Amino acid sequence: MRYQNMFTQVQLRGPLEKGPPLPPGSFARGDLAIYNYWAGKLGAAQIGPIYLGKLGIASLVCAFLAFEIIGLNMWASVNWDPIQFARQLPWLALEPPGPQWGFTLAVPLAEGGWWQMAGFFMTAALLLWLVRTFRRASALGLGNHVPWAFAAGISLILTLGFIRPMLMGSWSEAVPFGIFPHLDWTAAFSIRYGNLFYNPFHCLSIVFLYGSTLLFAMHGATILAVGRYGGEREIEQITDRGTASERAALFWRWTMGFNATMESIHRWAWWFAVLCPLTGAIGILLTGTVVDNWYLWAVEHGYAPGYPSTGVIDPATLPGAPQ
Amino acid sequence: MTRTMIKVAAATIGLILLAGCELGPKDTAQVGYRGTGMNLIVDKDNVPPPATIPPIAYPLPPEGGDSAASAYQNVPVLGSMSKDRFDHMMAQINQWVAPAEQGCNYCHNPENMASDEKYTKIVARRMLLMTRQINTNWSSHVKQTGVTCFTCHRGQPVPANIWAQEEGPPNPRSIRGNKRGQNTPNPAVAYASLPAGGFSEYLAGNGNIRVASTKALPSDHKASIQATEKTYGLMMHTTQALGVNCTFCHNSQSFAAWNRSRAQRAQAWYGIRMVRDANNSYITPLASVFPANRKGPMGDPYKVNCTTCHQGVNKPLGGVSMTDQAPWLIQAPAAAAPAPAPSIAMAPATGTQVAAAQ
Repeated sequence: MRYQNMFTQVQLRGPLEKGPPLPPGSFARGDLAIYNYWAGKLGAAQIGPIYLGKLGIASLVCAFLAFEIIGLNMWASVNWDPIQFARQLPWLALEPPGPQWGFTLAVPLAEGGWWQMAGFFMTAALLLWLVRTFRRASALGLGNHVPWAFAAGISLILTLGFIRPMLMGSWSEAVPFGIFPHLDWTAAFSIRYGNLFYNPFHCLSIVFLYGSTLLFAMHGATILAVGRYGGEREIEQITDRGTASERAALFWRWTMGFNATMESIHRWAWWFAVLCPLTGAIGILLTGTVVDNWYLWAVEHGYAPGYPSTGVIDPATLPGAPQ
Repeated sequence: MTRTMIKVAAATIGLILLAGCELGPKDTAQVGYRGTGMNLIVDKDNVPPPATIPPIAYPLPPEGGDSAASAYQNVPVLGSMSKDRFDHMMAQINQWVAPAEQGCNYCHNPENMASDEKYTKIVARRMLLMTRQINTNWSSHVKQTGVTCFTCHRGQPVPANIWAQEEGPPNPRSIRGNKRGQNTPNPAVAYASLPAGGFSEYLAGNGNIRVASTKALPSDHKASIQATEKTYGLMMHTTQALGVNCTFCHNSQSFAAWNRSRAQRAQAWYGIRMVRDANNSYITPLASVFPANRKGPMGDPYKVNCTTCHQGVNKPLGGVSMTDQAPWLIQAPAAAAPAPAPSIAMAPATGTQVAAAQ
């Protein structure tokens, strides 16, 4: 018989899984759970019980408000035309206040105030959800690895949309909401600050981004490859190493001389994932505040390669140059 | 069987995704130092067809004989030409600019050719001066190839690629219909969501296009992200107008550094100043001459940008020079003092002339 992987998995049906007993005073989760065959194709077949709670409801309300403010502003920008809203959606945006507003806390709604409000509610939604993950993790007696990882991502969002604009004294430095507009912002940001690729923290962020995908691929492939020996039961393999774990470890020692352990591979993955937004946030924070032109900074520090000059002279510096 | 087909389908879709959106063969030429990504990429399926150069009206007559001023009335600009050459120039303009069904009558009253009653004649006179200004004072951009009426007009009375100030939102203090000058699929910025307002600021005004700081550390240099996006939008227009990618001029290592750029960037720099000169000194002063249907929604005349001449190729008309059929257009004006750099000093004087002509 073929090993029962994702595509041939047997789905068990019986009393719904309620999880471990919780400390006294914890929220009783009830029995609101169902089996779903297609969910079982992707993961566990049981859906629920979902814990919503006050923080979850508050977070979803804030997220809904941010989403609506952004969407309705976009729709208004095409004169409430539903067809144009659908056609132009990738181009539409909710723009931050212009440079003339500086870091004014309450900008008129049509000139960036809606952006501030959407940003506020989006931030509130993220932070409420963060606290919710802390609370749920401790209710289950877990470590706080998921909340901290989520906080790392939020730190980059807050740096881009609030902390750096505050340090620069201008909301106009922040990212617009919108599909193409935020991409154009990214390119313009790099051009304005002399090529972000020469920002060492941008480099580090890319290392951790690509490193995360590499680690994820290596780890996923290793576990799937030893699945036929029960390797996906990782927790058991940590304490009671079976042939799956030993083969996986030996495979990497054979191919690259070193293997992560069943536990440490998850630390590698966690740190790579967390450091990607953290180093990115540092790089963003330094741009414009500490360094104004990363290319020139890199040239000064022998960090940009010294290609031969093309000999082209800025025409504006020639005598009698036109305006 | 089904499983194999799913695998084949998945592999095929994966390969298609890898190929990206821009299908079709490309020609790639290295145009800079190795390893810097200075490549010129030509999408061979989308190269504009070569422009059709019209046949000459008739061979250019030799210089000499009576002057146009003595043969005709009211020839303030072309009066010093010989009558034969003047007639030839009129025939060329007829071919280059005037609509075929109207011919001479597009500008002239057939009952009185000397009359200035048609606005088109006043505009044409001004455009002759503009063309000569471009050829004589902007050789930094047009080189020895030069331009003629046909470079922009292509046989049409109004060039195909022109611009005017766009209408702002109905109420700038409302979000309704207000895209803040950007976020529209606009061909002027290559369908990016970049602001398209750069034409007014950079091609009709002296707006500062440079946004990157010239110092590594923060200084008094200020340029907002919005200003950068406007610059970026103008650059997108340039790439579309010339049918090139960024690295035709720039080294993406530093878009700002001149000593990393190609010589084409300096030529484009002069081109932008040339367009400003054409718009500010020659076209905008015609605002009171043009009828409303030749003006944009904000009441300014339609003006030129890079596409007006280039029309998708980096050398307009494929680099063919047509000035041999109109030598007056490349002759430095006798009255104007020779200027080392392109001068716009003559503009106010001729502007007065136009005002007087109406």
